Amino acid sequence: MNKEKIAIIGAGIIGASIARVLSRYENIEIHLIEMETDVGWGVSKANTAILHAGYDDDPFLYPNRAKYCVRGNYLWRKWSKQLQIRTSWNGSLVLSFSKEDEEELYNLLERGERNGVKGLRIIEKREIQKLEENVSPNVTLALWAPTAGQISPFEAVAALVENAVENGVILHLETKVLDIVEDGTRITKLVTNNGEIEVDWVINAAGLYADYIAKLVGEEDFKITPRKGEYFLFNDRAKPKVSRILFPAPKPKSKGVVVTTTVDGNLMIGPNATDLPEDEKENRETTQEGLEEVWREASKLVKNLPSKSEVIKTFAGLRPEPTGGDFVIRPHNSLLGFINVAGIRSPGITSAPAIAYEVPKMLLHLGARLILKKNWNPIRRRIVKFSRSSNRRKRELIAMNPLYGNIVCQCEMVTEAEVVEAIRRGAKTVEGVKLRTRAGMGKCQGAFCRIKIAMILSRELKIKPWQVKVKGTGSEIGVGDLFSLLRK
Amino acid sequence: MYSYDLVVVGGGASGIAASIKAKELGIKKVALIDEKNYLGGVLPQCIHSGFGLVYFKEDLTGPEFTEKLAQKVMETDLDIYTSTFVSKIAYRDYFEKLVYAVSKHGIKKFKTKTIIYSTGCRERNIYEIGILGNRPSGVFTAGEAQTLMDIYGVMPGREIVIVGSGDIGLIMARRFALQGANVKAVVEIMPYPGGLTRNIVQCLNDFNIPLLLNHSVLRVIGKNRVEEVEVCKLDENRKCIEGSKFRIKCDTLVISAGLVPRVELLEDLGVTIDPITKSAVVNDRLETSLPGVFVAGNSLVVNDLVDYAVEQGEMAAQGASEFIFNKGINAVLWKKVKLNGNIRFFIPQLISGEKAVTMYGRVLTPEENVKLKVSEINKEIPFVRVRPSEMIRLKLSKDELSSARGESLTFSIFKRGAQLGE
Amino acid sequence: MENKRKLVKLTCIVCPIGCEVEVVTEDDNIVSVKGNKCQNGEKYVRGEVIQPRRLVFTVLKCKNGSMPTVAVKTSKPIPKFLISDVMKYLSNIEVSAPLKVGNVIVQNILNSGADIVVTRGVDLLDQSQKHN
Repeated sequence: MNKEKIAIIGAGIIGASIARVLSRYENIEIHLIEMETDVGWGVSKANTAILHAGYDDDPFLYPNRAKYCVRGNYLWRKWSKQLQIRTSWNGSLVLSFSKEDEEELYNLLERGERNGVKGLRIIEKREIQKLEENVSPNVTLALWAPTAGQISPFEAVAALVENAVENGVILHLETKVLDIVEDGTRITKLVTNNGEIEVDWVINAAGLYADYIAKLVGEEDFKITPRKGEYFLFNDRAKPKVSRILFPAPKPKSKGVVVTTTVDGNLMIGPNATDLPEDEKENRETTQEGLEEVWREASKLVKNLPSKSEVIKTFAGLRPEPTGGDFVIRPHNSLLGFINVAGIRSPGITSAPAIAYEVPKMLLHLGARLILKKNWNPIRRRIVKFSRSSNRRKRELIAMNPLYGNIVCQCEMVTEAEVVEAIRRGAKTVEGVKLRTRAGMGKCQGAFCRIKIAMILSRELKIKPWQVKVKGTGSEIGVGDLFSLLRK
Repeated sequence: MYSYDLVVVGGGASGIAASIKAKELGIKKVALIDEKNYLGGVLPQCIHSGFGLVYFKEDLTGPEFTEKLAQKVMETDLDIYTSTFVSKIAYRDYFEKLVYAVSKHGIKKFKTKTIIYSTGCRERNIYEIGILGNRPSGVFTAGEAQTLMDIYGVMPGREIVIVGSGDIGLIMARRFALQGANVKAVVEIMPYPGGLTRNIVQCLNDFNIPLLLNHSVLRVIGKNRVEEVEVCKLDENRKCIEGSKFRIKCDTLVISAGLVPRVELLEDLGVTIDPITKSAVVNDRLETSLPGVFVAGNSLVVNDLVDYAVEQGEMAAQGASEFIFNKGINAVLWKKVKLNGNIRFFIPQLISGEKAVTMYGRVLTPEENVKLKVSEINKEIPFVRVRPSEMIRLKLSKDELSSARGESLTFSIFKRGAQLGE
Repeated sequence: MENKRKLVKLTCIVCPIGCEVEVVTEDDNIVSVKGNKCQNGEKYVRGEVIQPRRLVFTVLKCKNGSMPTVAVKTSKPIPKFLISDVMKYLSNIEVSAPLKVGNVIVQNILNSGADIVVTRGVDLLDQSQKHN
């Protein structure tokens, strides 16, 4: 029997979730196509990483957001266990500081009820302070959402892709879709910089570039606007942290600047929201004004922020804001075989599992035949974290593999064994190792370990040390051996 | 469990010197631990000369200095653990501390009476100095570039901009130029260079490398690799002058903007930290607020000369030996070091007055024709010039200190000829 | 032919004071030295004007070593104008472990009178640590 071929364009949280869900079926061949050097390097890499409860999204204005967020929040509990993705379900507080804010809280409560969010309550100062010691003394009321949580977004994408590949999905990295060929009624193949791929179905999960992909098949009814958000990340010793996710009352454009502690234990504040021109889909520049705004807004939510000298990183991420504001989840209106899963802005990570389950439904509706596998493996094991293991376990690990006894990243205590394992699981770059192991995410920001990791990559990938990439294409760590410039 | 009198954490210059001195002083069981597979810390990659003029009375390269120290260490019977990473220190009691270390052989636990912590410092990174913009590849700290070039033999880039004109920045400018790179500029936010004049001459002038004083790198431009940096001129308040922004094309940005002592494990122990030096507050034995735990070298204070780091290692070893043989440090009313005017810090911060002490300090801004005064002992030392980049080292003798009354020692700097206003 | 006088301004680097020294030359001879505070300074600027010399430091690729490179220097200062030729010469040199501090890699490089000597030795590769 000829398998039907499905291409998913974009290996971010959405494409990866879809790949995992589709990998449950045995009669299809799935190609996951990513233009970057690694998975999850677009929108998924730099964001607030919150698993939203689902009270923010107006079900009349943004029905998709409202529907998928609540369902996704629920599904992540199971997915994160099956895939061993770190989450913390610490709940969120939307804080009010004025009468207007308070009114907004009641709106959110009502919206949450309508969206089916469980456990929402408006709480008063005493209870707020009990839930969050570091809350600003000016707070009046708060909306308490106990179902909200945090996730490690890159780890989530990596886990999903590992699981999908384990179940037969074919991953194409550094592969850019240049054209989509059709025969008048349906799609036949993709043209990429790495050759052509025959396909029957295309899922457009291309994030910031989803409008570009849709345009290749003549769809021009939505645009993706990059909306930039800037962040500060503090070192994991910086105090005071927060124990809940703190939001201000929401603004029309965004949920406002958040104060939160990541699953890795770093205090993080951000994002602001700056709409960029359509063609600035790679503009991840931090700016003076942006960072000042983030600091100012975050300061309002808490008693104290740590000192600025405790910041270990400032960065910016882009959200894919679609025309109309709601997720674009629908098949092409005339061409058979093309499905948009586009404009997945916030709450995109939260919604990802729920959105992913929508794809086989659409495929079935469009006439695809899907047969569930009997031996689908839902389990993925995370990379063993030496630093978080007990002393006994540490001894066992070293006895089993002495590379656990070589600390590569001192700040985060990441071992050579973990680095090698990350490479085995698909890291091809220093950044890929860092995102999978946290090597280089500590106080020194990689100054001590970047080179060590590069040398391990060079050894494992059997390439010259200077050919090791730090990030994407063209990011090689060196230009040649030490005397290369003198020989020319 | 391994039992020691002294465990030295960190096998750079100060750690090695401390171990050697400890053996000379008769401490029986000494362990020296380092995470690298070789001793010397950062010295083996500092392939230029300028090391050891005080300690060995010779002008050596970093590796030669290390070799000489290592030879001395090999003549002793101390236990050396390389490729061993100290992950935790625990304080049990006045006479017992535990040191946990990870290596390919497992997890070792050392029980010890004293610890000398000499783990060096780390470099401030692009985020700490507030450079905005993109985060592409091609941004290195100076030490990182040095490791890449002089340990691994890899050329990091072709067109280089260096942030910071301290000695490390200047030396890396020369290093890049010598290997055929085009060093486009060394950018310094201050109105004066951070490094020694001899390095300005030999590292920049020799290779026609421009030094942009009163300038700041604002942001990095480039997606995957650095393509350009945006620079502006600063006014006297170090604010950007309107309309002065310009860009420099380059593929590599090297950050040489200062060093920070690494004392995380001591912080975890609850050792009192000086907010200025960002290291432990120490007494004249270089003992921290935790009895029997000493700090030396660049993890105590960022030194200009390796010789000073060595000297501190030896001071700490003296302290450790006193602790071991005297069963602790005698109780005394410690004199607190107080600072006046143009002084950033002086260490040690606590002086017993019972013994001679070597003090290390830095000023806040450059000045010429000044005197350094230690009020309580009526000591005045003239200086032709003082600069923040040049550490002030002075010895106070036991005799001098014995004349001091009260609970403080006040350091101040004043213009020569002027009277010091109290 | 007319004798040409030239004024050369130099910063002395013998000590941290950094005197600004003015040297007047006529043809290849030094006529006067002004601005230095000590004799060592005069000696330095005279050398610097007649023929400036520098020590050169680099590392060379090393095969079968416990480290991928070996650090070297010129055994004495070489004329400045020779530096780039020396570096080009070294760009094609590869050495093999083991090497010890003081080992000579190149004798009398480019007739400068200086040898290229090892400053950071390297042991034979321990099979457990491999470099590319």
